[in-house]
Amino acid sequence: MGTGEKERKKNRVKFSPSGIAGILIRKIIGVHKKYGMEWWIMIAGIIIILFTVYMALFPETLSPFDPLDQNAGPQLSPPGPVNPLGTDNLSRDVLSRIIHGSRTILGIAFTAAVLASSIGITLGLLSGFAGGITDRILSLIMDSIYSFPGLILAITFAAMLGPGVINITLAVSVTYIPTYFRLVRGQTLSIKEEVYVEAAKAMGAGRAVILARYIFPNIIATVVVLFSMNIADAIITEAGLSYLGLGLPAGVPDWGMDIALGKRFLPSGSWWVITYPGLMVVILALGFTMLGEGLAELLNPRLIEK
Amino acid sequence: MKHVLKYIITRVILTIPMVFILLTFVFIILRIMPGDPVSAMLGAHAPEYVIQEKKEALGLNKPVYIQYVEYLAQLARFDFGESMIFKQKVSSPIIEKLPATIELGIFGMLFSLVIGIPPGAFAARKRRSLPDFGIRLYGNIVWCIPVYWLGLMLQLVFGIWLDIFPIAGRTGTKVFPSLFERTGFYLIDTLITGNITAFLDVLYHIFLPALTLGIYLSGVYIRLTRANMIDILKSDFILAARARGIPENKIVYNYALKNAFIPILTMMGLQFALLIGGAILTETTFSWPGMGRLLLERIYSRDYPTIQGIIVVFALGISMISLIVDIIYALVDPRIKY
Amino acid sequence: MNSPVCEIKNLHIEYPIAIGTVRAVEDASLNLYPGKVLGLVGESGCGKSTLGLSLLNLVRPPGKVSKGSIIYKGQDILTLPGKKLLKLRGRNISMIFQNPLTSLNPLMKIKDQFYDTMIHHEPGLKKEAAMKRIEELVELLGIEKKRIHEFPHQLSGGMRQRIMIGLALIMKPDILIADEPTTSLDVIVEAGFIELLNQLRQTYNLSVMLISHNLGLVAEIAERVAVMYGGKIVEEGSAESIYSNPLHPYTLGLIQCIPNIKLENQHLFTMPGSPPDLVHPPPGCRFSPRCPKVMAQCRKELPPLIRKNEQKVACWLYRENR
Repeated sequence: MGTGEKERKKNRVKFSPSGIAGILIRKIIGVHKKYGMEWWIMIAGIIIILFTVYMALFPETLSPFDPLDQNAGPQLSPPGPVNPLGTDNLSRDVLSRIIHGSRTILGIAFTAAVLASSIGITLGLLSGFAGGITDRILSLIMDSIYSFPGLILAITFAAMLGPGVINITLAVSVTYIPTYFRLVRGQTLSIKEEVYVEAAKAMGAGRAVILARYIFPNIIATVVVLFSMNIADAIITEAGLSYLGLGLPAGVPDWGMDIALGKRFLPSGSWWVITYPGLMVVILALGFTMLGEGLAELLNPRLIEK
Repeated sequence: MKHVLKYIITRVILTIPMVFILLTFVFIILRIMPGDPVSAMLGAHAPEYVIQEKKEALGLNKPVYIQYVEYLAQLARFDFGESMIFKQKVSSPIIEKLPATIELGIFGMLFSLVIGIPPGAFAARKRRSLPDFGIRLYGNIVWCIPVYWLGLMLQLVFGIWLDIFPIAGRTGTKVFPSLFERTGFYLIDTLITGNITAFLDVLYHIFLPALTLGIYLSGVYIRLTRANMIDILKSDFILAARARGIPENKIVYNYALKNAFIPILTMMGLQFALLIGGAILTETTFSWPGMGRLLLERIYSRDYPTIQGIIVVFALGISMISLIVDIIYALVDPRIKY
Repeated sequence: MNSPVCEIKNLHIEYPIAIGTVRAVEDASLNLYPGKVLGLVGESGCGKSTLGLSLLNLVRPPGKVSKGSIIYKGQDILTLPGKKLLKLRGRNISMIFQNPLTSLNPLMKIKDQFYDTMIHHEPGLKKEAAMKRIEELVELLGIEKKRIHEFPHQLSGGMRQRIMIGLALIMKPDILIADEPTTSLDVIVEAGFIELLNQLRQTYNLSVMLISHNLGLVAEIAERVAVMYGGKIVEEGSAESIYSNPLHPYTLGLIQCIPNIKLENQHLFTMPGSPPDLVHPPPGCRFSPRCPKVMAQCRKELPPLIRKNEQKVACWLYRENR
């Protein structure tokens, strides 16, 4: 009897925000010795992200030129001492454009992920918790959207809404709502059946209480992982949209757009104009993927066991 | 055989709601979204009566639910309507461009299976070793590479620096498609007409775009294969086979891989959306005259009926693929009861 | 008694895990004799299955044998090179597993699973000859021969269990390791299995290691019994002497756990406590925390396995008789 009670205490998640944060921090710090490789991958991801965030927040401290300055050097000059990553066809400094472009891509990807997650999680919680006909209809719609190519969806939305930072953010975020919905709904359904939730219901806890104190804290770990992966994906989608010329008004420095503009000068051998912005997309997306994988490994006991 | 047929018929009937929802979804995106296609097309300064006339001609001034019913009725007759801009049926450019995309998609898929599945299986076998780590890293990096940029980089290396592969188009300048074009699938057309030079030229042109698409998708297959193989290699029948002395290579690449292939196949159906997205971006990079480029061209020229037609074709394609995958699944796995 | 077909000597098996090392098997020594059944008994997690797998050098990674040897036909199985090991598995030593429902490849017909094993051990074997042998064996096991053309999911649980046995016996091995072979079967199938095993070991002069948590099952068929607790063999002897005169308190407890339908008004005996943590085993005797006859010494020192009458036992109660 004594052991049973202890077991239950051990398995129960502490239902307060500070408790959750505490568990996260303790887990992350506590287990790094056991999972060497995953730990270092995650650290590498965090370093990449922090560096890009710094670039996005304080581009002036790093960039040698103004991103729109058309007198940064000769036209299409290869990387050299004055322009470390070369210049584009309008004599703008590629490095400065990359540094300033980080703000656009990071801002859009992050905002889109926040939007998609808040809508997707809310709908998923409600659908999984309410059940019945609401759940059926919502699931059917979300599954259909999910099966549709995200990029085409985003392209269509972006084309309908017209160019603009807010519009492209909306177009990117729509694509990811079903991903959150499906995950959260599935988890809600299984947690709803757990004994401790049944017990809370029997003791008279209302729906809102059960959602906020029992179900949400239990899905937060998976959502955190998905959020990180989602930003990685949103970065690639954003770059794709602006590469296709569907995203942003001219004048906003953006990696995807720089690739599209530099593409024409590739056959003449000016590789630096497109290589560096593309590389940055890869590195930044990789940073968020690595963070997500590390978190998945650290937060998921089932994965650790493997 | 009779059972299989019955299963297929049931499965076809089950596909109908999915198609219906996707079609409705396309309608909602294009009609209820903010933004008025006619004024967007004619420009902001067009006089009001011109806009009204155009709307009437296109049936856009009717109530939304009537438009919806008309839209479905039209599609049921496989009629996609008329282009807003060009004097042509919506279906004619689609019929012209679709084979190019299918050809690219199939080759990209083949490349991705070849690049993805064997390394994934190998990584699962050598779990937590250096090769496993390397293969997983490759999978993650490839997943994060924008496919169009990968295409540009391959163009740079193989097309410009090494100059061994063409970087644009389906054929070279000395090969005239009009001489052999029948179905639009150039590889089939050239073979039918016995035009071997043209066949090789088409193959030569498809190599780099298909490789791009293949590398892009291979990351997904590596992950899928590795995860499924790890699960299967832990199962009882693998241990039992080992206990009978069956060599490890046979166990991994025959017993386990065949069993892992079933979940991989299911996932392949789901990844089809990824393939379409990848194909569109690859097409723009390699000037490949397919559906992706058609969609973008029509988006730039705001030809809404054609855009709608293209998206409907994609939606139908997705439903078809998921149906085909299910049928293959049933044929591969003896445990499925029809 | 004739000479053993296989000798396990001072075997130690360890599993390194995140929080330390699990000592799954410690200092185990056992002999297997042709035509005889050795029962290996213990609670789940005591290391008996790991010990069984080590006879094929198939301990699941990251587990590994850290000390000891297993001598079969004059060579140590644990140091055999890979190719020879593959020849040995399934041909000289075979194993059947706990769950017949998941131990067959679901995508292969029964006959192909047989044929794969046979062709590996007898390269160049003709398909017709192989089919004939498979059909004969399957009929001996009480299954219609046409069933070999079916997939595993088309057979019942009992049939699959018999197919598993057939796969283990097709190469006429010397040793059969049966790991909880009847746990997932119902009582009637279990009775049939025991009868079949008895018959087969006489026909093939088979040496059987029967691994089970069920002392009752082992009692019906085994000549010798070894009892494992916490990775160590705590008692070993002939089946009769162990049942009539169990020495170790743990063995006594196990025997009392066998329900006896003849007794009226009985209390089903249960052993208090749970199996030991093998990462941090209790100092002294592994069983001391649960032992009803525990003494001060038990908690400090590990008792050695000593001879007592016909049996061997590892318990401080019998120290003066050494």
